[in-house]
Amino acid sequence: MTILKNHDTKGVAFVDDAKLTARHVNVFYGDKQAIFDVSLDVGANEVIALIGPSGCGKSTFLRCLNRMNDTIDRCQVQGDILLDGEPIYDGSMDVVPLRARVGMVFQKPNPFPKSIYDNVAYGPRLHGLATTRVELDAIVEYSLQRAGLWNEVKDRLDAPGTGLSGGQQQRLCIARTIAVDPEVILMDEPCSALDPIATAKIEELIDELRENYTIAIVTHSMQQAARVSQRTAYFHMGQLVEVNPTEQMFTTPEHTLTEAYITGRFG
Amino acid sequence: MDMNFNQHISAQFNADLETIRNKMMTMGGLVERQIAAAIDAICDGDSAVVEEVIRREDEVDRLEVAIDNACTQVLVLRQPAASDLRMVIAVSRVVRDLERMGDEACKIAIHAREYTQSSHSQICQQAIRSMGAEVVKMLTGALDAFARADVSDAVDVVRNDKLVDQQYASALRELITYMMEDPRSISQAINILWILRAIERIGDHARNISEQVIYLVSGTDVRHSSLSEIEERTQQ
Ligand SMILES: Nc1ncnc2c1ncn2[C@@H]1O[C@H](COP(=O)(O)OP(=O)(O)O)[C@@H](O)[C@H]1O
Ligand SMILES: [Mg+2]
Repeated sequence: MTILKNHDTKGVAFVDDAKLTARHVNVFYGDKQAIFDVSLDVGANEVIALIGPSGCGKSTFLRCLNRMNDTIDRCQVQGDILLDGEPIYDGSMDVVPLRARVGMVFQKPNPFPKSIYDNVAYGPRLHGLATTRVELDAIVEYSLQRAGLWNEVKDRLDAPGTGLSGGQQQRLCIARTIAVDPEVILMDEPCSALDPIATAKIEELIDELRENYTIAIVTHSMQQAARVSQRTAYFHMGQLVEVNPTEQMFTTPEHTLTEAYITGRFG
Repeated sequence: MDMNFNQHISAQFNADLETIRNKMMTMGGLVERQIAAAIDAICDGDSAVVEEVIRREDEVDRLEVAIDNACTQVLVLRQPAASDLRMVIAVSRVVRDLERMGDEACKIAIHAREYTQSSHSQICQQAIRSMGAEVVKMLTGALDAFARADVSDAVDVVRNDKLVDQQYASALRELITYMMEDPRSISQAINILWILRAIERIGDHARNISEQVIYLVSGTDVRHSSLSEIEERTQQ
């Protein structure tokens, strides 16, 4: 297939109040290119869904946004990515605080083999966000509250995080992300290992979190993208084909590739 | 737009979509015959045709329910998106209009019983014939436009609806002059009024169906828009 130039991205890739700005991003694994000239804004307090067939580069692009790709050998990121206008790939940007500001929730819940309390307290301790035990307790409670898990675990904060159900573990990971007071939360298929009820809880949570955070979510479920996001971005073979308001994307997509994908004509 | 339904990964999904569309076309064909028969019955005074139209009204109702259920099934099982979603939504709206058109045909048939028995049976006959022929043509046009996903044909139907509305207004003026000249014609005139009104309503429903063709093809919702707005919004 022909490589689209970025200006061929259909729809609305740019917004006025961008929290994250990506311009002309190219990503390579060794000499294999995975992302082709992608430019996209993520607006403040918006939920943007990234969709597309397996291997189209959703996770790769998401990982660029908090430099998670730095941890992958041979992965090279080109182009500009700005957080609040600051280039994150600049030499002066320290990745540890960056990853606190731009937190990430993964596909498989990955609680540390520690107590529920310590899972949530880990980040605040690392970043020195609390000076007293009382402060730390408050952060832990607040984060578990925000993640909708507090009532289920408040009586067993010392129990191991790994003993929770899958859905609870994922909410624990969200609490852990929230605990370091991030501005952006990246989620890579956060519900794909969860049952429908746990999924519904996470989706509801995403909607509430939007008040305080900017969220980019990779999802395989078209219904999930439709339910939780305000804009949807469609990736195809490493290119950003279309970005549009979610409602429009699922009723009248502009690009025939988007149409073909969301109507199940390939995937 | 690509209206080929044979490319889905799920063959059953293809089949489901084709089935609801085909059933809608079948229902449309039946309603078209019902309307044409009811109009003919008025002009020819054939009471057997009248009874047949009234009898087949049930069939129209049953088709509406069956097709609407099939649409619900597709929504639940397939969660269609984009043009597939619009197809299902449009079909489910169209069958409602078809059912109402069926009701109007049935009303015409019932009034035809009285019309043909009256001594004033020639009143407005010309208007009934020509408006009747026009709305049948509009329905055929709307269904064809749906089948071929043709927006410009759909807009033509909307245009014709305006002509039918004008014919309706002038037929009413004619009726009023009859009533003023000869008070004995009033009961027949009222009967004719109901018939004209039913035909005019059928035109409105054909217009609604055309609006769904525009929605199906472009995703633009033109309900409650004027003809000029519709022409403008379908220009691009
Ligand atoms: N760590 C890696 N090393 C080499 N190639 C990778 C790596 N991760 C992803 N890729 C390749 O990059 C492309 C995009 O992958 P990915 O971003 O995981 O897609 P998605 O999340 O959309 O399924 C694929 O061709 C994949 O094989
Ligand atoms: Mg992925």
